[in-house]
Amino acid sequence: MPKKTGNTERKEQIRSDALRKVRGRALFIEDIPHDRLLHGATARSPVPHGLIRGFLNIDEVRAMEGVRAVLTAADIPGENTVPFVKDDYPCLAGSEVKFRGQPLALVAAETRDQARAAAEALKADIEEYPAVFEAVDAMRPDTVRVGGDDNIHSSYRIRKGDIDEGFRAADIIVERIYRNSHQVHCYLENMGMTAVPSPSGGVVVSGSMQCPFYVHNALVRVTGLQYSKIRVLQAETGGGFGGKEDMPSLQAAHTALLALKTGRPVRIIYDRREDFIAMSKRHPVRTRIKYGASADGKITACEAEYIVNGGAYCTLSPIVAWRGLIHITGPYEIPNIMADSYVMATNTVPCGAFRGFGQPQANFANESLIDELAEKLDMDPLELRRKNLLKTGSVTATGQRIGESCGMEEALERTVKRISFRRRKSGDPGVKKRGMGLSVTFYGVGLGAEGKYFAKSGAQVYVKEDGSVLVAVGNVEMGQGSETVFTRICADTLGCPYDMVDVLEPDTTRVPDSGPTVASRATMVGGRAVLDAALKVRDALTRSAADIIGVRPFDISVSGHKYVSSDGREAEYIEVVRAAYARREKMAAQGWYRVEGVSFDEKTGQGDAYPVYTFSANACEVEVDTETGQVKVLRLVAAHDIGKAIHTPSAEGQIQGGAVQAVGYALYENLVLEKGRILNPSLTGYTVPTSVDVCDVVPIIVESPYPEGPFGAKGLGEPPMVGPAAAVMNAIYDACGVRVRKTPCLPEDIMEELKKIT
Amino acid sequence: MNISLILNDNKVNIDFNPLRPLLEMLREGFALRSLKEGCGRGECGTCTVLLDGKPVTACMVASGQVEGRSVMTLEGLEGNESFRRIQRAFMETGAVQCGFCTPGFLIAAYALLRDNPSPGREDIRRAVSGNLCRCTGYTKIIDAVERAGEILR
Ligand code: FES
Ligand code: FES
Repeated sequence: MPKKTGNTERKEQIRSDALRKVRGRALFIEDIPHDRLLHGATARSPVPHGLIRGFLNIDEVRAMEGVRAVLTAADIPGENTVPFVKDDYPCLAGSEVKFRGQPLALVAAETRDQARAAAEALKADIEEYPAVFEAVDAMRPDTVRVGGDDNIHSSYRIRKGDIDEGFRAADIIVERIYRNSHQVHCYLENMGMTAVPSPSGGVVVSGSMQCPFYVHNALVRVTGLQYSKIRVLQAETGGGFGGKEDMPSLQAAHTALLALKTGRPVRIIYDRREDFIAMSKRHPVRTRIKYGASADGKITACEAEYIVNGGAYCTLSPIVAWRGLIHITGPYEIPNIMADSYVMATNTVPCGAFRGFGQPQANFANESLIDELAEKLDMDPLELRRKNLLKTGSVTATGQRIGESCGMEEALERTVKRISFRRRKSGDPGVKKRGMGLSVTFYGVGLGAEGKYFAKSGAQVYVKEDGSVLVAVGNVEMGQGSETVFTRICADTLGCPYDMVDVLEPDTTRVPDSGPTVASRATMVGGRAVLDAALKVRDALTRSAADIIGVRPFDISVSGHKYVSSDGREAEYIEVVRAAYARREKMAAQGWYRVEGVSFDEKTGQGDAYPVYTFSANACEVEVDTETGQVKVLRLVAAHDIGKAIHTPSAEGQIQGGAVQAVGYALYENLVLEKGRILNPSLTGYTVPTSVDVCDVVPIIVESPYPEGPFGAKGLGEPPMVGPAAAVMNAIYDACGVRVRKTPCLPEDIMEELKKIT
Repeated sequence: MNISLILNDNKVNIDFNPLRPLLEMLREGFALRSLKEGCGRGECGTCTVLLDGKPVTACMVASGQVEGRSVMTLEGLEGNESFRRIQRAFMETGAVQCGFCTPGFLIAAYALLRDNPSPGREDIRRAVSGNLCRCTGYTKIIDAVERAGEILR
């Protein structure tokens, strides 16, 4: 139900970007007109692996109607690489092609149809090689080589305590294998980019993206231009969920190459099919995991092997697998751990960042297994979790001590209370059976020790003569509400009304490199940079207020929209701004924030992996139709300790949207690949949840403040996606006694398992 | 081919390929940018408009089919007080995240509330089931339509 609130309060709750969006005036990349615009299209590999000998009809394609340029790898002025973790991903395939759909050549033409027709028509001469598609197959010593000499893009390990001793001390041991298939982001706005050549010989690129600075770096590499000749702007972005972290660099590089070649503005917008086929995905993972516990339910040991199918190039996969590994033993204190992760190279579309970044797969495995362990122990799974949960002072798998900000227990208890958690143990008579399931998770906020070189953020705050404020930031709005959060942090710090603050479109020439907008870091890191800048301007305002009131700056504080002296005299914000201008105070300031104190030892996997953790609990009730295998989620409650909610409706929206993506992951979203070919690249072939497929999600916000975060905030973007899949699977087991150890869990999987038990 | 229609309550003419989708005619021919192309195949609802008062996906209607008929987009509905209430309910409820799906949902919601002033949550879910949203998980969108219904009743 909508909350009953008063008028002003309701107005206060409105997001800063809502008005332009309900009026249809937000400018997504396709909404921005350009004179003399050319349309770009990409010719892609029809085979999963092969040697490119050349192109058979490039001159004919160049002569096609409307075509203005055709570019291949040989035409790249800079380096033929789009930098991610490694520099292995070519901008355009040079000699070897490693996955179906890999970009081979680019076309620019007068219309979109002409460009696509030309890209379709271009024929490459490719000698096809044998290919490998599954991660476990890529591990075999005698198989095809896709990357490096062992097909391993990367590996990490954790060694804590004495694993043999841990299992010796256990009364019960459970071990299982869990599998996840790909998940597709399905942001509603497909990827799109425009490049406009600039008079200085450079290029201005704008588009749908999460990481303007990554794009900027990629453009420097591919074009060979110096940094100052390039400008990257983020257009309004219609959802990202990680999918617009890495891939925009590639699309931007393509668009810029065509613009520089033709001297005209060029736009590339993928259609849904192309976006499905060529953009990154959530990684398929195979997890073998084993818990040992004493009879009274203390977990003594955990062993895990987490094998990730990275696809043809490594993109961000090493960091995905690292995050998965760090969290794979669950939010529990476990003394003895041995865990390994491998990212394997295969001839499938490269996987990359997707909300949760390796954790949904890990959590699906460990939280399913916890329920299986509870059953063996003949213990309530809720009790088992309570016994082992991390709390302040506990030590994680990497040996990190959990600090003060730990709302794990509160999140769990409020969740079970809200849903009146009670297991049925397949007790329902009849065809439709109901059951409840639970899962708990933790999430290291930000980039962590393996991404620390990007863990920084810049901002600028500029107070104008009338008290209105411009905020420039390097972290982006993509639907998650960061623009509103920055507005509030700035306004509350300065004492100005929210509607006087405007956040500028992110622009790489306006603020220093602020790292990516990923890993739920925008509020915690970007927010700190805004706070830092706003505090500097506030110092100047405080001096002016002190002057007006006739006290020392020491005696001034900000309350609401007023500057107030300790003896109760006041000056209005706007009056203070005018005085500051009269005094010629500097009314603009740069802010900067850098994350410190993270570490990771690659030999032992020990260290303070992340600065802080978000803690979450999910519970749901499902109904399983035992005649069709259909599962319906009837209720879902999700609690997250996020330190502090800066804008409550946005925080709730993150929780609800993430939970529904996770229900899709658990039950519906099934990408079908056959020898690396995606067979269902559409929104009807691959079904994301619609409004009739899912229930309302009840969000619970737990606030256990993190002193380093702005106003105590941690991060929230990703955690909502992590936990629900296991909760759904545990609920299905409770309802009908079958356990499906894979995502998605389709009706046919349930029917197959049901057959086994009857 | 010359196509004439009533677009957002005005009589208009345009020379446009009748086989091209209405979505393209509206966006490129008339610069109406509130409707979006999320799929181009009738799967997502981001291109929803009213055709003779009924919500349709403009990517699945050929331009030639609207000859002599009435087409209404978000731009044309903004003069309508009831529509503005629905927009306000979406803002106040937090039903807008990335905003790419929002115009389509607003139009579907408007058509629902026009025909059924007191829909239940399940009615609302059904009425917007042709519109995908990947950001919100729908709960707040349903809240918004419910709330707009309360105000407009
Ligand atoms: S673009 Fe028309 S339904 Fe998706
Ligand atoms: S708000 Fe982003 S798709 Fe609905």
